[in-house]
Amino acid sequence: MSSEARLEILTRINRATSGHPPALERPPIPTSTRPSAEILAQFAEYAAEYRAHVQQMAQADIPEALAKLLAGKRVLVPEGLPAAWRAALDSTPDNGQSHAELTHFQAVLTTCAVAIAETGTVVLDHGSGQGRRTLTLIPDQHVCVVFWHQIVESVPEGVATLQEAVTAGRPLTWISGPSATSDIELSRVEGVHGPRSLNLFIITPGD
Amino acid sequence: MSAGGIRPSQPFPDAARETLQDAQMRRNLRHATTTIREKRLQAVAELPYWEDLRTQGAAIKDVVLDNLAEHLLTLEASVKRLGGHVHWAQNAEEAQRLVADLVAAHGVSEVIKVKSISTDEIELNAALEARGIHATETDLAELIVQLAEDRPSHILVPAIHKNRAEIRELFRRKLGAQLLTDDPKVLAEAARVYLREKFLATKVAISGANFAIADTGTVCIVESEGNGRMCLTLPEVLISVMGIEKVLPTWPDIAPFMQLLPRSSTAERMNPYTSFWSGVTPGDGPQEFHLILLDNGRTDVLADAVGRETLRCIRCSACLNVCPVYERTGGHAYGSVYPGPIGAILTPQLLQLDDANANSLPWASSLCGACYDACPVKINIPEILIYLRGQITPHKTPNVESIAMKTAAWIFNESYRFEGAIKLARTGQGPLVQHGAVRALPGMLGGWTSSRNLPPFPPQSFRELWRKEEQREQ
Repeated sequence: MSSEARLEILTRINRATSGHPPALERPPIPTSTRPSAEILAQFAEYAAEYRAHVQQMAQADIPEALAKLLAGKRVLVPEGLPAAWRAALDSTPDNGQSHAELTHFQAVLTTCAVAIAETGTVVLDHGSGQGRRTLTLIPDQHVCVVFWHQIVESVPEGVATLQEAVTAGRPLTWISGPSATSDIELSRVEGVHGPRSLNLFIITPGD
Repeated sequence: MSAGGIRPSQPFPDAARETLQDAQMRRNLRHATTTIREKRLQAVAELPYWEDLRTQGAAIKDVVLDNLAEHLLTLEASVKRLGGHVHWAQNAEEAQRLVADLVAAHGVSEVIKVKSISTDEIELNAALEARGIHATETDLAELIVQLAEDRPSHILVPAIHKNRAEIRELFRRKLGAQLLTDDPKVLAEAARVYLREKFLATKVAISGANFAIADTGTVCIVESEGNGRMCLTLPEVLISVMGIEKVLPTWPDIAPFMQLLPRSSTAERMNPYTSFWSGVTPGDGPQEFHLILLDNGRTDVLADAVGRETLRCIRCSACLNVCPVYERTGGHAYGSVYPGPIGAILTPQLLQLDDANANSLPWASSLCGACYDACPVKINIPEILIYLRGQITPHKTPNVESIAMKTAAWIFNESYRFEGAIKLARTGQGPLVQHGAVRALPGMLGGWTSSRNLPPFPPQSFRELWRKEEQREQ
């Protein structure tokens, strides 16, 4: 059935189209000219507007901030995170736990692939330090570490950065604030199905 | 049941007369559309190059449509290369059968779904039910609509016609939830608890697709709640139904759409969650993926040189929120899963202009053009509405309308004829005027007054007034 359908649909399309597509002019990706501190500040501001909890800190302060934030919580960690970050945490590495087992964790800690200032978005390409997709979905809190050099200004810049991961067939998860719905009388409620809170640690350049 | 299909059960004017009686719905809609409208203007104003983005979005879509077969074949090859399966469906029945067979092959009778208009278009839920398969909608609004055995009324916020008190009552009755208040937070929590169990236990999920990138085989779902991510990653099997027009050539082409779509639809800089996946990823997410490419009338739209640009639509719903007709009549009046201005052109075209009820939709417009201004991919909806009206109205040899128009032309051609006609009309209208308006014209002219009031001719025309003034000055 499907192969007949395939032939029929393709035939109908070819009858309907010229087959001589106009060349598509793709405008060059604008590269940002703004100072990186400004872009970092915009990312922090916009992410916070989406009710992400944003903290800026130096790299050296990560372990202490994590210890304070995640005290008493069972934390899931994907492979590829610096050992120092885990030192003061009750952390369990991802070793392929079942979905049911994942529900026993209160928080997950990851890095990201790129962050987009113009929209307050972090993107996970599920490479090292980011884990499989369900890790950042089932636990109720997601803590994500974003380095200053990972923040780009615009969506097209972000998309360009992700070309390699997509070509390699890796999935992507774009996250802008915690899960939210506005389905009931347009009033915004956080945390319908995904994590109810998103903490972003923005790591500022050291001196 | 949220499955609605695209065949209206009655002509738009009849359906609209019914929905206009619902004051509650009109209040909800006015609130929703005005709120989103204002927010959207702000979101769009933040991007100084918004107009360039619209042009770019439209251009990419046009290039895709001009060479659709090539892009679909590339997509098919890419998805297969990455371990996915691709199927083709010419119409709703074929797509329903494909999905039902795939579900049945896994021996399950329960599936979870993420909101998808294309599966609503093919009335998938009802078809699955007939095969003994129950599909649970997991988007909060879609769940509300499904539990209420109602139909979606908006592309983006399908339950916008319901208010919190109604939803609380519904959840109490259908989910047995103990709800102390009707606070949206409490209601959303009830849905979370109810659905979490389903997410963790269900083996097969069904989704739509917002975009698919041909050269990398990457499919994309844009959402807010996380139910999309749940459906796309927790089950073992994922079946995605996608209209053939949703393909994009290459990865960088996604960039303008990830800027255009969120700002146009929810008026946000970005929606909370977007998932991209390519085929299957070992050890992460479903290990079996099926992509169903759906025609269902789209190749007919493609064959029409004027109507074709309808297929640029990215289902953002911006045109609904600015439409004065939609704002008053609501989505149900359109009788299709595609309401509002885009529905008024898409629905009759998908049905090859063969459905009399759908053919009334191109008249469901004031032609104010607000939808064209709002459309992120520049679909000239007013132009297509007029074009479709021309296609639908049969070009008969002299009929009452053409004779009337010829007579009118003869009268308007000479001022003395025109003035005479006005005087005649003024004298003749007497018995028709009630409470200061002509509410029912006799005979065939009654079509005009069936949905509008006609102001009566004034006691004095402008020409008469002008003449009098001139005489007074002399």
